Amino acid sequence: MSAAARVPDEAGTGAPLLSVRDLALHIPVPPHVLRAVDGISFDLRRGETLGLVGESGSGKTLTALMLMRLLEPPLDALPRGQVVLDGIDLMTLDEARMSALRGRTVSMVFQEPMTSLNPIMTVGRQIAEPLVRHLGLSPRQAAARAEAMLRLVHIPDPQRVAGAYPHLLSGGMRQRAMIAIALACRPAVLVADEPTTALDVTVQAQILELLGELQREMGSAILLITHDLAVIAETAHRVAVMYAGRIVEEAPVASLFAAPRHPYTRGLLASIPRIERVPAATLPEIPGMVPGPGDRPAGCAFMARCMRAISGCAAEAPPLAELGPGHRVACWNPADG
Amino acid sequence: MAEALLKVAGLEVHFPLRSPFLQRRIGTVRAVDGVDLEVARGETLAIVGESGCGKTTTGKAILRLIDPTGGSIRFGGQEIAQHGTAALAPFRRRMQIVFQDPYASLNPRMTVGSILAAPFEIHRIGQARDRAERVAGLLRTVGLPPEAARRYPHEFSGGQRQRIGIARALALEPELIIGDEPVSALDVSIQAQIINLMKRLQAERGLAYIMISHNLAVVSHVADRVAVMYLGRVVETAPREQLFFNAQHPYTQALLSAVPEPVPGRRRSRQVLQGDVPSPARPPKGCHFHPRCPIAQARCAEEAPASRIIAPGHAVACHMVTP
Repeated sequence: MSAAARVPDEAGTGAPLLSVRDLALHIPVPPHVLRAVDGISFDLRRGETLGLVGESGSGKTLTALMLMRLLEPPLDALPRGQVVLDGIDLMTLDEARMSALRGRTVSMVFQEPMTSLNPIMTVGRQIAEPLVRHLGLSPRQAAARAEAMLRLVHIPDPQRVAGAYPHLLSGGMRQRAMIAIALACRPAVLVADEPTTALDVTVQAQILELLGELQREMGSAILLITHDLAVIAETAHRVAVMYAGRIVEEAPVASLFAAPRHPYTRGLLASIPRIERVPAATLPEIPGMVPGPGDRPAGCAFMARCMRAISGCAAEAPPLAELGPGHRVACWNPADG
Repeated sequence: MAEALLKVAGLEVHFPLRSPFLQRRIGTVRAVDGVDLEVARGETLAIVGESGCGKTTTGKAILRLIDPTGGSIRFGGQEIAQHGTAALAPFRRRMQIVFQDPYASLNPRMTVGSILAAPFEIHRIGQARDRAERVAGLLRTVGLPPEAARRYPHEFSGGQRQRIGIARALALEPELIIGDEPVSALDVSIQAQIINLMKRLQAERGLAYIMISHNLAVVSHVADRVAVMYLGRVVETAPREQLFFNAQHPYTQALLSAVPEPVPGRRRSRQVLQGDVPSPARPPKGCHFHPRCPIAQARCAEEAPASRIIAPGHAVACHMVTP
């Protein structure tokens, strides 16, 4: 199925399920302030997958942790902005109310399943725990439902796996188990942070297929965080590209890949190696490197590496401006569509 | 044809598997189980495969960082598989390695200058005085300023650290460099910089590379020939274009079809392999791939297929592929 056929509402007109506004994480490290996430806004609609793509240090994982309210002290006091889920601003909830939502209405899948699963609890109990806690199921009911979840994520012999500890499972099986835990309560929003990065490519294909299948079945919205544009191309409906703590371009997946407008997005797409009959003698590069969170310029953070930089770029960071249907770009001199 | 720079035949690396408490030997992990490879001067051979296929172990055994338990390694016409430390010393200069993780493979307490001077000291090359000059030359070659010599590895980004790792590998002017996932830990925009650097160095110096990688798209940009490994064995070897556009082994085909493409809507009818790679401690009988293979027959479960040449430079180990 093509990306365009997956969701009728690509231009983004439906009411958002999750609405993020001016989310920021500024970390004071005297004499500097690290602007790790620097005021980002996006919407996520029911049943859609929004890809949040960026390189290391772009702030994508911190964004996920802020949404989930999983930052640890002292960082947990620093986030600013709004994260409105179904009318509730998660940023203002106390921990008790947040933890009632976490795992039930919004859950998360991490990159490394081995470090995020509990090593001394059986897989079955880890799936059953949120069912007992959030949905009030009896332990017996929860155990039966846990086995059903393992079957749903295509784990062979679910009864045996339910009684097994995580270290006995392969990487792919652990990631399936973690997806089973995250989806046990049928959350409205699933945040998946590099869910296939640690996996082999044949297993990655299985997991991406599984996420798509479960989404169609449960109608969950997915925020898919990854550095891999190819994964985005195959699974997301819309994409937001992050650079140095900000969203620089946001668009339906088809138009982002066909007609990227931000010079960074264009450079990133051009530099991905692809399997071609005659490979290029040299791969297009983006010169230089990402500025650290402590030495970001006052203007556009990409300017130093940008081929299209003009005089105004140094003065002020460009805001996201709508250049086409659902296509927003933060650039003073965007490329033609 | 002159003998290849490197010729590996029947290479085996078997590790004993011991019980956790009594350390009794309870089995054998056949990490590398009869591998044949050749690398000519100035060419790039890529070894691809998923975790546990034995590609890294193969690379380390070729460099003799791990002792092979069987088979032959001929480098520059000489057999080195059984050489001891002293006999290996002259060969160590001629073969180098670049590791995946530039954070873990540079000593954090040494300046970049002393990291790069170490190979000259170990092999007693040049005077202390002209070493600084050699170090500056190496830094320039990989696109770093000479002042970098005074700084420590943590002061550099991942891409810069990988440049330092490459400079170290170049120090003794080797003939062969093994890159073990040299760009896998890097961001895409930096990955392209390092790939281009390695290609430029190869063209300038006539280096041969063995690129060990799980990333087929990266491999397609650097390799002249590709060997695909599965559970300790090479299942297919072919020139680049043959491998990517005329793959014959069902595992190679599945691996290629699993590679995601950065083009929305162009998702091919994907042949998704079922299950995971089995443990190399208990590989399946016969063809190691048969339990996951879409075209396996009864014979595949009994008899390991020998590698057969089906076209010039194209060898396949599969009962179901006919020349």
